[in-house]
Amino acid sequence: MDLSSINWLLLLASLMVAATPILLAGIGELVTERAGVLNLGVEGMMITGAICGFAVATQTGSATLGYLAAALGGAAMSMLFGFLTQFLLSNQVATGLALTLFGLGFSALIGQSFVGVQGIRVEDLNLGPLADIPVLGPVLFQHDAMVYISLLLVAGVWLFLTRTRGGLILRAVGENHDAAHALGYKVVRIRLMAIAFGGACAGLGGAYLSLVRVPQWTQGMTAGAGWIALALVVFASWRPWRVLIGAYLFGGLTVLQLNLQAAGLKVPVEYLAMSPYLITIFVLVIISGRSRASIGAPATLGQSFHATT
Amino acid sequence: MTDLLTLQGLTKAYPGVVANDDVSFSIGRGEVHALLGENGAGKSTLVKMIYGLVKPDTGTMILNGTPYTPAEPRAARAAGVAMVFQHFSLFEALTVAENVGLGMENPPKPTQLSREIREVSHAYGLPLDPRRMVGDLSAGERQRVEIVRCLLQDPKLLIMDEPTSVLTPQEVEILFATLNKLKAEGTSILYISHKLEEIRALCDGATILRRGKVVGSCNPRERSASELAELMVGQALHRPERSRSAPGKVVLQVAGLTSEHVEEFGTRLQNVGFEVRAGEILGIGGVAGNGQDELLSALSGETLGSSETVRFQGNAVGHLGPNARRALGMLSAPEERLGHAAAPDMTLVENAVLSGWHRRKLAEGGFVRWGKAKDFAEEIIADFDVRTPGPFVAARALSGGNLQKFVIGREVLQDPSVLVVNQPTWGVDAAAAASIRQALLDLAAQGAAVIVISQDLDEILEVSDRFAALNAGKLSAPRSTEGLTMEQIGLMLGGAHDMDVADTDEAEDIRETYEEGRL
Repeated sequence: MDLSSINWLLLLASLMVAATPILLAGIGELVTERAGVLNLGVEGMMITGAICGFAVATQTGSATLGYLAAALGGAAMSMLFGFLTQFLLSNQVATGLALTLFGLGFSALIGQSFVGVQGIRVEDLNLGPLADIPVLGPVLFQHDAMVYISLLLVAGVWLFLTRTRGGLILRAVGENHDAAHALGYKVVRIRLMAIAFGGACAGLGGAYLSLVRVPQWTQGMTAGAGWIALALVVFASWRPWRVLIGAYLFGGLTVLQLNLQAAGLKVPVEYLAMSPYLITIFVLVIISGRSRASIGAPATLGQSFHATT
Repeated sequence: MTDLLTLQGLTKAYPGVVANDDVSFSIGRGEVHALLGENGAGKSTLVKMIYGLVKPDTGTMILNGTPYTPAEPRAARAAGVAMVFQHFSLFEALTVAENVGLGMENPPKPTQLSREIREVSHAYGLPLDPRRMVGDLSAGERQRVEIVRCLLQDPKLLIMDEPTSVLTPQEVEILFATLNKLKAEGTSILYISHKLEEIRALCDGATILRRGKVVGSCNPRERSASELAELMVGQALHRPERSRSAPGKVVLQVAGLTSEHVEEFGTRLQNVGFEVRAGEILGIGGVAGNGQDELLSALSGETLGSSETVRFQGNAVGHLGPNARRALGMLSAPEERLGHAAAPDMTLVENAVLSGWHRRKLAEGGFVRWGKAKDFAEEIIADFDVRTPGPFVAARALSGGNLQKFVIGREVLQDPSVLVVNQPTWGVDAAAAASIRQALLDLAAQGAAVIVISQDLDEILEVSDRFAALNAGKLSAPRSTEGLTMEQIGLMLGGAHDMDVADTDEAEDIRETYEEGRL
């Protein structure tokens, strides 16, 4: 193995790119879960976003329209989940798993004619002099716009959840839906909005894969990124900034794995592929002894709400 | 003086049941009006209509001389109607200030809101720290959060649904002082309770509901509690009979019981110890959440401890699980009928097997003997007057009182030497409660040792020979219930928690800032 063959600067630079899909999907799922809904269909929504984004972007040549279509596609998938779980009161775990399977199959179907199609080129954002700073420039300031949008999204979600009344209501719904209902808040409506936000974010994350990261379409190209996003939310103990830390950590592991592979590491790369989940389990074991409030899990996570009155 | 709120012919029907049938009455300004009735009489539906959670099918409401049709709780709050819920509508993982803010239409900025919470809570003798997490508060303090939330909106009508069921007697007194203060300021209060003495002490008028209909109204001060009870139930109440006899030898000894692990927002038991003799009922009182659940699971075997902490007939059993204890004759009926004491979606027969398979030999060689199981379930249904279409009905389909009778009967008919019950009549109507209490008394008369854990102090005084108070995980020394007064019980329960802070420096500071602000 030759570690000197790894360009560490390039590795750090690609870290932010590698982390962006799971960061987007993770921050969306965080909002969904803070509203008390466990949507395990992130993988399905991501891949739907990937194909919607890729299809529209290659047809129109516009990455912006591609992202828009991806967000809409992901949100549409999530609304399927929302309708089943919020109105028909189906089990959230089973419905979420079904959504993942459905998304994988459905995206393969509509993606048939896009296999092998050349993806569009997404330009890096021109940040002027910032990009010319040695070391920091290439690592932090030579990326496409979505990398920075994802960071703004994390900040926005944090502000929303901790500083606004809307965020307080959303947390209240996730904490005790019966009490929120008794106070006159529309539990189902709020949850549907949170689910849609989660779906749109997952769609964006998927599109980032097919437009920037890989830029092409292959069946099942998300390859478990949705599951990493789900693990990320738990790892972050439902706090926005920790999602960012987790995403860059898990993203870094992915990049490292590729680089080590290239450097001819003897240890099977599967160990690194496993590591996000192992880390999440490790974090869960560490925090399991603590109280629920300090873990941060919403009290009604995964429970169906049905107004009895 | 015109009335504040007039209800005319309110009717609300659900599939299969008419919850409210042509209900009419009115509440005057500054009046404390009681709404009396058994469980299922339609009290909750009625107040939900007033609070805008439920829309009436027919009928009108007039508030302040104008028609009042709240489409949702927001509209009700805007019209000056506030409600303190029976089961707290609070969010445990949020702070007091956040909880209060959620119940307001246009909450002020957080710092301003915290100030207002301090001011109002002190002005009404209900001190609260706005920064504390609600999950860490006692039941009495949680109720204060609800009341303060209402008071900040300056309500004209305050609805209180069973407010005293979770309070110690001293906390009840403080609550009544607050309510009387509100009344003096002209606020009307609609007070729902089935505690008749409270209503006689507090209320100016009363409307009695039975099966959704108004069956009478009266001035509760002029009626005796038993007259009110008969109006509520529609028949003379059967009081449980008991005969005090000399207790036998000690059957159950508990010593040094301390919980090692507790659930989130649970209470740790601290060095709990007591003895129960054959033929005796030990009542353990205290507001729920002070270690009741932990005590029950330590006695039932759900949580295991070191073997010496629990001794049954002289043998150490603290390390044995529920089935092993059942086999020996130590039985228990937990609170929470649906989910803990019974599996909601399983039939009564299946639920009977789950608890009684060993002692009633309902399973042999790994096979369930359904014939015997059905006989056992039918025996419970017959002996305890469980109203059900048949033994193969899901537990969830029974009313609370009937399922509770089944759950208690299932244990009683297994001929226990020790029976531990937690909140045996919680949410059960008076007639069913009386028959459950009678069954417990009869069981003790047959020589079993019974432990009744309950937050209903009247119930404990009615059935138990000795009383011990469980407060913050600590058990007081048991005392004979003969000659025990409510006040003594209240002191045993730890009295009111940090109630007398009205004269502390902090309160003084707040008063000063408040007055400066007004100048």
